[in-house]
Amino acid sequence: MQTTETYNDYIVRLFLLAAAVWGIVGMSIGVLVAAQMAWPALNFDISWLTFSRLRPNHTFGVIFAFGGSALMGTCYYVVQRTGHTRLALPRLANFTFWGWQLACFLAMATMPFGITQSKEYAEPEWPIDILIAVVWVSFGAVFFATLARRRIRHIYVANWYYGAFIIAVALLHIVNNLVLPVSLTKSYPIYSGVVDAMVQWWYGHNAVAFFLTAGFLGMMYYFVPRQAEQPLWSYRFSIVNFWALISVYMWAGSHHLIYTALPDWVQSVGTVFSLVLLMPSWGSAANGLLTFNGSWHKLRTDPAAKFMVISLVFYGASTFEGSMMAVKSVNELSHYTDWTIAHVHSGSIGWVAMITIGSLYAMAPRALGQPQMYSRNGMELHFWLHVIGLLLYVIAMWAAGVTEGVMWRATDANGALIYPFINSLLAVKPLYVIRFGGGLMIVAGMVVMAWNLWHTAADARKNLITPIPVPIPEPEAQQMPPPLSAAR
Amino acid sequence: MASGYRYFETVEKHAGLLGIGIAIMVSLGGLAEITPLFIRAQQMAPPANVKPYDALRLAGKDIYVREGCYLCHSQMIRALVAETERYGHYSVAEESMYDRPHQWGSKRTGPDLARVGGKYSDDWQRQHLINPRKTELESNMPGYPWLAKEALDPSDILARMRTLRRLGDPYTDADLAAAPAALEGKTALDALVAYLQGLGTTLSANGTLPDAMLDPSALEPAP
Repeated sequence: MQTTETYNDYIVRLFLLAAAVWGIVGMSIGVLVAAQMAWPALNFDISWLTFSRLRPNHTFGVIFAFGGSALMGTCYYVVQRTGHTRLALPRLANFTFWGWQLACFLAMATMPFGITQSKEYAEPEWPIDILIAVVWVSFGAVFFATLARRRIRHIYVANWYYGAFIIAVALLHIVNNLVLPVSLTKSYPIYSGVVDAMVQWWYGHNAVAFFLTAGFLGMMYYFVPRQAEQPLWSYRFSIVNFWALISVYMWAGSHHLIYTALPDWVQSVGTVFSLVLLMPSWGSAANGLLTFNGSWHKLRTDPAAKFMVISLVFYGASTFEGSMMAVKSVNELSHYTDWTIAHVHSGSIGWVAMITIGSLYAMAPRALGQPQMYSRNGMELHFWLHVIGLLLYVIAMWAAGVTEGVMWRATDANGALIYPFINSLLAVKPLYVIRFGGGLMIVAGMVVMAWNLWHTAADARKNLITPIPVPIPEPEAQQMPPPLSAAR
Repeated sequence: MASGYRYFETVEKHAGLLGIGIAIMVSLGGLAEITPLFIRAQQMAPPANVKPYDALRLAGKDIYVREGCYLCHSQMIRALVAETERYGHYSVAEESMYDRPHQWGSKRTGPDLARVGGKYSDDWQRQHLINPRKTELESNMPGYPWLAKEALDPSDILARMRTLRRLGDPYTDADLAAAPAALEGKTALDALVAYLQGLGTTLSANGTLPDAMLDPSALEPAP
């Protein structure tokens, strides 16, 4: 019998490595497709290198492979620390790692070859969807089984968000991917037309809500107080924001279909809930930022804290933007344009990627048995590459989006349209080049991070680090539950 | 205040309760918005002239889906004057009732295609798909030259149509029997062009877009 229980950081390290690799892969594909939009010759007339075949690889690679690996890794780290317990079901936890990597690899190896459902953000065909569902349910089992054997009675707020993320994503993934297969590589959704559009955007919007927001808020609620070395600004405020966020988000998906053939009442419900959504979104952003009260000096010394603060600013900014874009008169201009792309990327590069990077920089030294990251200058360089790249990207796409929206609806005195469609493309082409440059800087930053992590992991790679013991207050004989062995 | 907080405390100390609470709260929105649409779609009687795709156009639609055209082209003309001026009558729900998945799209790097059918000749469409810059010098659309070399598989279309029939699309036995022959000797490019040339034509050709919908006052004025 094992005498002391230790944290299972092995699985955390695996996910950390996967996140670093997928981040570079997914964002590099993003840079390639951005270049193809500026210089179409880069499609090379090769089917699997063509923009429309590769763009799903960028979104899937960044959201599910990079984001998913970071979320699962930090979730396993946080649930152990906040519960004072070793991760339950270690074999299943290992399965969630290898299963998730396999699913991501298979998805990205099939989509460029035309094996796709072409449902936005849910492109992989049904056999991969089944694998994803099995891995996801296993992930939920590991998470809730670990919660069940926690030694701290109160469940910390970060875990609520991780829990909501797991439950909601399972629901969304399964409902949105109900299909009847034709063969192993082709299927038809059980929904068609309007219903399929509504299900798709209920899924698409809430993939943003629960994958790209709730999960990352779980990260934020643990790593921000940790890095600020302050308690959360208001615990009670986080309760209100949590329940408001998870219930309101689910109603807002129809704002993706304003002025379409979707019945009007559904469009209006989506708009109203999108406006209400601003409150819990800003609530969480404010709660995170105010947690830095008394620790603002850390911005001078700690690049991880800088990533976190800027991420929260962008969270506040892009949720405000999102609510405004759900207003009919704004949506009329912004929909179908590059403004949508600007919005998505201020959310994903600004909020999601930066809270992830900040959290990884906070977590990696602890999971790798080091006092700090290998290179502080490396972190600084990454920060500036990322922020400048982000601003170039987002400002270019904002300008492109507004240009397109205005040109598409410009009419002369007689009410006739002024610009042929191609003119709007010519107007934004230089902005596509700037966006490509911004993306290139962001990938460069990710490479710097990978280099930094590799060196920080030097001892871990040589098996020189010792597992961290779980702080257990009671004498061993009375411990409930009894300690788990260090077996993987 | 303190007494109200007690209830939250109970939830925050029981993982099971927390999980159930979350599951309920996240289910409400979807149930409220999707269920009525689903029921209405089940009850919707298709207009007499809206038919499921014939074999060649179905094959073409599946090529469109496979190549990911929806990433740059919408098929949903919004009820706004600037859009109806450019693309034609705004899209109505019945026009996409046989689209699995729907192809409304979310981005226009290129123009909307909901009513592109008949706007260009078959020959223009072919050249444009093989090399877009041959017909539009400044276009940034990729070329799809491999479609012209890809022969269609006449046996595969039967499996597809049978699956769609199982999902409720009204294909008759005669439709199925005629399907393989319709694809004989055709390429993926032929099918895609046939699909594009049919887009948006069913309702308007028969003048069955509801009159009430053609009333210009129903549209949002241009700003």
